Amino acid sequence: MKRMTLAGVTAALYSLGAQMALAATAVPGGLEAQSVAAAEASGGMPQLDFANPLMLAQIVWLLIIFGVFYYVLSSIALPRVASVLEERRNRIEGDLEAARAAKSEADAAMEAHRAATARARAESQAAIAEATQSAQAEAAARGAELNARLNQQIEAAEARINTARDTAMGALREVATDTANALVTRLTGLKNEPAVAAAVQRELAAQGRA
Amino acid sequence: MAAEGKTIDALSQFELHTALGPIGAAVNFTQSNAHMLAASVIIVLIMTLGMAPRAVVPGRFQALAETFYEFVENLVAGQVGHEGKRYFPFVFALFMFVLFGNVLGLFPYAFTYTSHIAVTFGLAFLVFAVTTLVALALHGKKFFGYFFPEGAPLWLAPIIVPVEVVSYLSRPISLSVRLFANMVAGHVLLKVFATFVVLLGGLGAVGPLVAVLPLGVNVLLIGFELLVAFLQAYVFAILTSIYLHDAVHLH
Repeated sequence: MKRMTLAGVTAALYSLGAQMALAATAVPGGLEAQSVAAAEASGGMPQLDFANPLMLAQIVWLLIIFGVFYYVLSSIALPRVASVLEERRNRIEGDLEAARAAKSEADAAMEAHRAATARARAESQAAIAEATQSAQAEAAARGAELNARLNQQIEAAEARINTARDTAMGALREVATDTANALVTRLTGLKNEPAVAAAVQRELAAQGRA
Repeated sequence: MAAEGKTIDALSQFELHTALGPIGAAVNFTQSNAHMLAASVIIVLIMTLGMAPRAVVPGRFQALAETFYEFVENLVAGQVGHEGKRYFPFVFALFMFVLFGNVLGLFPYAFTYTSHIAVTFGLAFLVFAVTTLVALALHGKKFFGYFFPEGAPLWLAPIIVPVEVVSYLSRPISLSVRLFANMVAGHVLLKVFATFVVLLGGLGAVGPLVAVLPLGVNVLLIGFELLVAFLQAYVFAILTSIYLHDAVHLH
């Protein structure tokens, strides 16, 4: 049975091949390999039976149907599709355009913001520098003033000290001279004031107190 | 081959009958034409009802219609170029007509009008006529320069010109026979294996078990035929576009 099946397939394919060969060369008739019953029923391939009046009718109706079909498609159906696609394209283009505009706007805002930040930073730095400078200048001025006053006071104090010392030294010499005179007079009975004064002066100078 | 006296009758499926009752019979309207009409109506309905929502974001049905449209549009634009826009409806009509003829024919009881050489040759001749007329309208007498490429040595003309003319005239034949033979081969194979299912199924107890084999073959064949149906429509459309490209640009 299996062999029978294979034989059947082979025969069928063979007859098919023969038909194909005939179809390709478009030569009607002569279907030896065709099964007899089929050949009797249709007289070969029905597609090649050009004597059949239905064949011509088929072509006439084909031209009519295809013509109307083409007309309906080209004048009604396809323009609609085209308009929808065009609409969508425009819409997308418009949206893209809007997005592009928004982006450039955002970029400009960002740029302005950056510039403002930079300016603010520069301004604040300048202000800080100025404040620092002025504070430094003020401090320096105040320091100088203070120094000057202190120097003045020191000078005044030194002057006072000098005066006081001089006065004290003057008083000391007088006291020493008087004492020396009194001692000399008492001891010797002589009275030589200039010599005593000179001796006192010499003695004070020797002690570094003149 | 013919077990139990039955035969494999793979060709009667291509016979023409009149359709639509007595009215159809009166005007020789065949079942082939009825299928053409059905295919045309289905295509027009898909393209019009599908696009009816006119949605910016298409639904499935609209996406189907748009996919058909853009597929053929890209095909024409790619082959013919910018000037091809004028011929787009023609190529679209041909592609859809052939595609739906092929696919519709795969349904049970349906007739495949693209399996008739007369129909495919009719369409191919239409393409031939349109491309030739377009070429003549655009280029006038220069169109005949197509048969002799510029720069070829003149003494070769007796060889080149007949070859070019024959190849040009054979275009509708190759275009029509390719589609016709593909569809016939597919349907004959389907019918042959379907008959095997019936014949083997009648062979006693083991018959139904063995009959599963040709049934499986037919399942695979249907898938293959769907591919062929699309592919042949595509080939028909792309060859039409190539011919139109030649007509518009002359080489």
